[in-house]
Amino acid sequence: MSTLDLTRCTAVQLAELLGTRTVSAREVAQAHLDRIAAVDGDIHAFLHVDAAGALAAADAVDADRAADRPLGPLAGVPLALKDVLTMRDVPTTCGSRILEGWRPPYDATVTRRLREAGIVILGKTNMDEFAMGSSTEHSAYGPTRNPWALDRIPGGSGGGSAAALAAFEAPLAIGTDTGGSIRQPAAVTGTVGVKPTYGAVSRYGLVALASSLDQAGPCARTVLDTAMLHQVIAGHDPMDSTSLTDPVPDVVAAAKSGDISGVRIGLVRELGGEGYQAGVQERFAEAVAVLERLGADVVEVSCPSFEHALAAYYLILPSEASSNLAKFDGIRYGLRVGDDGRRSVEEVMSLTREAGFGAEVKRRIMLGTYALSSGYYDAYYGSAQKVRTLIQRDFTAAFAQADVLISPTAPTTAFRLGEKLDDPLAMYLNDVATIPVNLAGNAAMSLPIGLAAEDGLPVGLQVIAPAMADDRLYRVGAALEQALYDRWGGLLIEEVPAR
Amino acid sequence: MSQATMELMDFDEAMARFDPVLGLEVHVELSTATKMFCGCPTTFGAEPNTQVCPVCLGLPGALPALNRMGVESAMRIGLALHCEVAEWCRFARKNYFYPDMPKNFQTSQYDEPICSDGWIDVDYDTPEGRRTFRVGIERAHMEEDTGKNVHLGGATGRIHGADYSLVDYNRAGIPLIEIVTKPIEGAGRYAPEVARAYVSALRDLLRALEVSDVRMEQGSLRCDVNVSLRPSADAPFGTRSETKNVNSLRSVERSVRYEIGRQAALLAGGGRVVQETRHWHEDTGLTTSGRSKEEAEDYRYFPEPDLVPIAPSREWVEALRATLPENPAARRNRLAAAWGIGELEMSTVVNAGALDLVEATIAAGADQAAARKWWTGELARVARERGVELRDLAITPAQVAEVEALVQAGTVNDKLARQVIEGVLAGEGGPGEVVAARGLAVVSDDGPLLAAIDDALAAQPDVAEKIRGGKVQAAGAIVGAVMKATRGQADAARVRELIFQRLGVEA
Ligand SMILES: [Zn+2]
Repeated sequence: MSTLDLTRCTAVQLAELLGTRTVSAREVAQAHLDRIAAVDGDIHAFLHVDAAGALAAADAVDADRAADRPLGPLAGVPLALKDVLTMRDVPTTCGSRILEGWRPPYDATVTRRLREAGIVILGKTNMDEFAMGSSTEHSAYGPTRNPWALDRIPGGSGGGSAAALAAFEAPLAIGTDTGGSIRQPAAVTGTVGVKPTYGAVSRYGLVALASSLDQAGPCARTVLDTAMLHQVIAGHDPMDSTSLTDPVPDVVAAAKSGDISGVRIGLVRELGGEGYQAGVQERFAEAVAVLERLGADVVEVSCPSFEHALAAYYLILPSEASSNLAKFDGIRYGLRVGDDGRRSVEEVMSLTREAGFGAEVKRRIMLGTYALSSGYYDAYYGSAQKVRTLIQRDFTAAFAQADVLISPTAPTTAFRLGEKLDDPLAMYLNDVATIPVNLAGNAAMSLPIGLAAEDGLPVGLQVIAPAMADDRLYRVGAALEQALYDRWGGLLIEEVPAR
Repeated sequence: MSQATMELMDFDEAMARFDPVLGLEVHVELSTATKMFCGCPTTFGAEPNTQVCPVCLGLPGALPALNRMGVESAMRIGLALHCEVAEWCRFARKNYFYPDMPKNFQTSQYDEPICSDGWIDVDYDTPEGRRTFRVGIERAHMEEDTGKNVHLGGATGRIHGADYSLVDYNRAGIPLIEIVTKPIEGAGRYAPEVARAYVSALRDLLRALEVSDVRMEQGSLRCDVNVSLRPSADAPFGTRSETKNVNSLRSVERSVRYEIGRQAALLAGGGRVVQETRHWHEDTGLTTSGRSKEEAEDYRYFPEPDLVPIAPSREWVEALRATLPENPAARRNRLAAAWGIGELEMSTVVNAGALDLVEATIAAGADQAAARKWWTGELARVARERGVELRDLAITPAQVAEVEALVQAGTVNDKLARQVIEGVLAGEGGPGEVVAARGLAVVSDDGPLLAAIDDALAAQPDVAEKIRGGKVQAAGAIVGAVMKATRGQADAARVRELIFQRLGVEA
C-alpha cells in the first residue's frame, strides 16, 4: 500500500480497505498519527494526541477482524474528538486553563458509542474556551490555523475539529454546536458538518455551555461520511433527560439516494443579502441554480423574527452558561489558585475563577448573571424565551411551504486571525445565520459550495430541516455535493494547499 | 455573639401585647434506595465520598436523570396533605456558591412546585383540654440535598477558626421534599405548642407514608421556623425572623417561645425586628443572628434546562391516592376508642413510636394494657439504653404476646418475663425456648414453697407474730425471703396466699 496515502481517503474508502483487509486499522491509525506529527505544528488542531490509546484501539479492531467478530461499518476509521466531550483518563480541558490537568473518570455517551463502533479516537481537538467564540482564538492554549491559509481562522468554536479534517489529520471528527460551532467552522474550512436535531445525540459527557442549545454532531469531508458518523452517535440515552426517544431517521440511506426532484427548498429572505460578502453571495446563487437544475422547487420564505435571534441568543446562552460554569471553582478538580492555608474558601474560588477563565468567558458569565438577576429576569431572560417561541413559529410557517430551508452558512469566508478579537459584536455576527436553528432545536448542515472569487477561500451553504427530519439534510446535501463534484471533477477539499 | 444577652419579654406579657404569626419550612430526606438524579445509594453513615458518581459530584458533562420514586413520594406526601398535584411542573436552578454544592447550584423547584395548597389538622394540649388546629400548606416541592462540610481544627467545629475543611458528598443529591406552611395565624399564646404539634403530626404522617426515616437527630427531617409579631390579629404581618435547623420537637416549641420573647422585647423597646436568618442553639436555648436578608444572595432562579417538565397524568395521581395510609390522627382516635384509653395514654404509645407494635401485639392475642405496658415500659427502656428505635429491637409483636401469655398462665412472673425478653433480644430463640433453656418457669408445686415459707417463718418469729396479729403488710418480709430462697422462680401472689393459709389469717 505504499502508493496510497491513507490520510487522503474518505471514511467510506478507509472502511472499504479495512473491510477487505487491504490495510490494518493500525496502519490507518499510524498514517494519521504521522500526518498529525508532520503538520499539526503549523495547524494546531489538536490539544492532546492520544497515540497510545489510538493504536491500542486500532489493534483491538484488527484482532476482532482477525477473529471474524462482528464489527461496525466504521470500525478502524480514525476520528478527532472535540475537547468538550469527556474521554476516560484522557485530558479534557474545553480549551480552558481552569480544567488543565483534569482527566475525567468517565466517557461521554458519544465517546462510548464511538468506542463501541470501533472508531479510533486520535485525540482531543482545540476549541474556543468552553465553546465561546467563532474563531478558536479564545482557546487558552493558542489558536488553530486554517489549512487553506495559515493567517486565517478555522472558525469556532470547533475550529480544531474542522481544521483536522481540512488538513487531512483525520477523516472524521466530532463537533458541538450551540450557535453554529459545527457549521461555521465547516463552512470556512470547506468541510461538512451537521448539527442534529436537539436531543438526537446524547449530551451526557458534553461539558455544557448552554444546555438548551448544545448539540454534538458529526463532521467529515463528505456528506456520506458525515451520515455514517451521524448513525453511530445518534440515539436515545437514558442518561440525558432531554434525549429523544424517536427512532433515528435513516440518514445513510438519504445520503446515498441524493434524489431531490420535487423537493421544495425555501430561501430564507432574512438570511442573505446585506452584510454578506459578495463572493459568498455569488457561490450561494450558483448553488441555488444547481439545486433547481436537479429538480428542486425553490421558493422564497420569510422569517421576520430572525432579526431578534442574535439578541435573544446572547441572553439565553450567557444565562445558562453563567450557571453551568459555576461548578468550576477549584474545590473538586482542575486549577486551584491561592490556597495558602490562610485564605477563605470564597477567596480561593474567586482567585481560581479569575485566573482560570479567559476574557470572553468572563464577559458571558457576567452578562448571564446580570440577565438572571431578580428584577431583570423578565425583561431579559423572559423576553428572550418569548423571542425563541416566535422563531419556532417562523420555522413552522416556513416548513409549511418548504421541505428544507437554505442560506449561506456564514456571512463571510474565514477572516484573519486577530481581525475581530477586539470587537465581540463583529465576532457574534458571524453566527447570525446559524443561531436561529439552535434556538428552535432544528437540524442543519453546512457543506462546501466553492471558493469566493475575492479571496479564494471556501464558502459554505446551510441546509435546515425540521426537528427529527435530519435525513432531509443528507438527501439535499448529497445531491448538491454530487453535482458540484461532477462540475469540479473532485471534492473542493482536494484544492486545499498541500503541506 | 452579642445577642446571647438579648433581653426577653415575659411570655405572658408578650402575648398580652402582640399576636404571633408563624411559618414552618420542613425539609424531609426521602428514603428512596437511590438519589434524586443518579443511581447512587442513599445509606446513612457510609464512609465519606463512597456513595458518589459523576452526576452527584457535578463533574463536567454529567447530567441529571430523574428518580421516579422521588416524584411518587413527593406526590404521595402532597396528597396526604390534601394538596393539589400540578398538571405540569418543572425544576429550577437555585444558584449560589458553596463548597458543599457540587454544581454551585441546587436543582430545586421555584414557582412551579409539584404540590400546592393543602392542609393538615394537628392536635395540641392546653390546660382546658385537647384542641385541634388546621395548618395550611402552601407547597411541597422536590429538590436535592447538598453535601456536608466538616470543619477540622479550631475550637468550635464551625467554619470560623477551623484549620481546614473537608467535604463529604455522600449526601449530595439525596432527594428532599420541602414542605412550606401558609402563615399560621390565630394560634395566639399556643403558637409554640401548635408549631411543635405541626412538626409532630407531619412526622407521624411521613412515617405512616413510609417515605422517610424522619429521624430529626440524623437530619432526615429538618425544620426552619419563621416567627413574626404584630400588635393585633387584624394588623398587617410584622417583619419575620427565620430560625434555621431546629432539629427536635422540643426545640421547635422552645425556639418559637424564645423568638416571641426576643421580638416582643425589641418592639416594645421601640426597636425593629431585622429580617434575617437566625441560628438555634440547643444547649443554651437561644437564637443568634445569622445572615441578614438585606445582604442575602440573589439566587437567580431559572428553569432547569437539563430536565424535562413533569406532567403527572391524572390516572397516576389517583393510583397514588389509593395507596395512602389511614390518616395518623384519625387512626390514633380510632385505636384509642377501641382500646378504651385516654389521650394521655395514647400519647405515651405514639411518642414511644410504639403504635404499630402495640396494635400488632394486641392482634397477636395480648390484651391492650399488657401490650402497651411491655412496649412503652421494659422494651422502650432497652431501646433507649441501646440507642435504637423500638421497632429495630430483635423481638416481634407476636413474641411479646407470647411472653404475656406465659405471664397470664402463671408460667412466669413479671420479673422472669423480663429475663425471657432479655433472652429473646439476645437471640436465644423464642420465649418458650428461652424459658426452657434458662430454666425460668415459676415454681408452682406448693410443696417446695411451703418448705421455704416454714423456714422463713421460723427464721423471723417476730414477723410471723405480727402477721398473726393482723398486720398483713408485714407478710412482705416473708415473701421476700421466700423469693430469695427460690431464686425468684416463685409466684409472689401464691406465696402470699400460702403464708396466710399457714398462719390461719384472713388476708
Ligand atoms: Zn451519584
